[in-house]
Amino acid sequence: MAKQVVVETVDLTKNYDKTTVVDKLNLNIEEGDIFGFLGPNGAGKTTTILMLLGLTEPTSGTAHIYGYNSTREPLKVKRITGYVPEKVGFYDDLTASYNLAYTARLNDLPEDVVMKRVEDSLGIVGLSDKAEHQVGTFSKGMKQRLAITDILVKMPKVAILDEPTSGIDPEGIVQMLDMIANIAKERNMTIIMCSHQLYQVQRICNRVGMLVNGKLVIEGLLDQLGKDALGGGQLRIEVKLAETTSELIDCVRRISGVVNVERSGDLLFITCLGDLRAQIAKAIINANGLLVEMKIQAYALEDIYRKYFKEA
Amino acid sequence: MKGLMTVFYKEVADHFTSWKGTILFVTMVLVSVFATLGPQGAIAGLRTQLATPVQYGFGRFAFLYLFTTSGEMPSFLWFICAFLVPIVGIVLGLDAINGEKNNGTLSRLLAQPIYRDAVINGKFLAGVVAIAIMLTTTVLIVSAIGLAVLGIAPSSEEIARLLLFWGVGILYGAFWLGLAMLFSVYFRSVATSAVCAIGIWIFFFPWPTGGSLMSMAARLVANVLAPYQQVYTAEWVRNAGIQITASRFSPTLLFGEAISVLLAPGATTAKQTLQLLTASGALWMPGAPSLTQTLLTIWPHLATIGGITALLFAISYVRFMREEIRAT
Repeated sequence: MAKQVVVETVDLTKNYDKTTVVDKLNLNIEEGDIFGFLGPNGAGKTTTILMLLGLTEPTSGTAHIYGYNSTREPLKVKRITGYVPEKVGFYDDLTASYNLAYTARLNDLPEDVVMKRVEDSLGIVGLSDKAEHQVGTFSKGMKQRLAITDILVKMPKVAILDEPTSGIDPEGIVQMLDMIANIAKERNMTIIMCSHQLYQVQRICNRVGMLVNGKLVIEGLLDQLGKDALGGGQLRIEVKLAETTSELIDCVRRISGVVNVERSGDLLFITCLGDLRAQIAKAIINANGLLVEMKIQAYALEDIYRKYFKEA
Repeated sequence: MKGLMTVFYKEVADHFTSWKGTILFVTMVLVSVFATLGPQGAIAGLRTQLATPVQYGFGRFAFLYLFTTSGEMPSFLWFICAFLVPIVGIVLGLDAINGEKNNGTLSRLLAQPIYRDAVINGKFLAGVVAIAIMLTTTVLIVSAIGLAVLGIAPSSEEIARLLLFWGVGILYGAFWLGLAMLFSVYFRSVATSAVCAIGIWIFFFPWPTGGSLMSMAARLVANVLAPYQQVYTAEWVRNAGIQITASRFSPTLLFGEAISVLLAPGATTAKQTLQLLTASGALWMPGAPSLTQTLLTIWPHLATIGGITALLFAISYVRFMREEIRAT
């Protein structure tokens, strides 16, 4: 059964003056997805988010969240959508709990729920002991955690996090990502996470979309993307031999499933359909070749990422 | 409405708990105490006048004299008009919007389910209420000192005049608040909006000795438009007319004139009115105009200040509502 589509954009386009920042974007994000929104700086990620939230009007096209039109019904959209902006800020001279309570009150939560929700949420991110401290005294990492708390207080159906890990130390990043993944699972929240850090997206997201120059260059389930991108499920195997002869190469070519063999010094680059490492090793040894090393190129999103970044 | 009230409560609380608000509040209290009780303040001035043969009767408005008289120091009225209200208005408004932008709180705030105008309306309203509270405190302090030290109780007409003064003071504060907020909507940097607002304040600032940069500019305009060779000629009168009209583009002058008529109804000439705002004290005339007459006199002033304030706020409002939140 198909899941409910939560976020949907149709030909969403935004022009600033004469530059097109977002170009006919078609996104479909389903309920419960953790969607990694990848792209280099200036690709149009933040602009897309602002249009989803109804903070910026699209030049053309539409955006819907849970069926509500972001441009026409922004209040309904904002009621069910949480947003952590990239340069998230709090009122520095107010306490953490006051800042969060303000969000809760702006969301019309009844007064008796407000403080309880704030306390619980601070507990989840481990900031309980800092509740009555002024936010101005917080480190960057603590502020980012407070931003996540802001989402917990609001408890939206969809959370949009714009670079939630910027400025945090490596260990903090891992914690933050796991926290986001947990929240998504426990609260059944759909999450859109913007990032230009590929490994972060790979860690928690199940779907990714990559935006380059305002265009969605790839989009789909994480584990399928690699295969598609590297040419119809083909693999590259790199073989290092002590001595390379043309007979050896012919041997390898004869293995069924091998599409192409290229030679570069002592290295052979074999393109094949499927993982043929065992067969290749056997063929080489049968032909009295001296096998030194064999590597299979993993389908890392990294390669696609690099490929598109180079193009961009 | 809910969003508006939430923003409003938070902002009011902010104004009275932040350092900025506390300093403003303490300054206002200190200045009003000093202007009344200080060695050269109103009460000292009043004593000197009582000691010398009576030149001017106190008339029906002995209590109001506390607010309008001055010893060596300018009167409470002058402090209110020149210093306190403008400063409070400017300080409360100058980072209203751009402060939130720079702090990164605006986009988070606007992502909550509230109408966008709740933010600017709530902030403006909170500023006006903060000004009202501060003004109430100062008027009460001066009145209390008067009651305690001089033992004069205000008459009902005096109370009515003080209440009106309070209302006009809030309106004047709203003007400065609106001006500061306008700059905070237009400029990204708080420093820029501060400099602009303070520049305008200095331009309108009434010197204790009389006049202001604005009145100098008005004279310049008058001299270009209607030059005169000799005083007491028709050209001279025309020149003076232009000067007055041009000066009245200053809300500070309008406010000064309005509160002078309200609190020192005995002063009947323009010179006396001006003197009230300066060091020389009030001249009292026996036949002071009634409250109704006073209201009729100052009505155009109030309407103008109110109109300018509404215009400033409307411009900020439209600009803020149309502004596009952009990725940076």
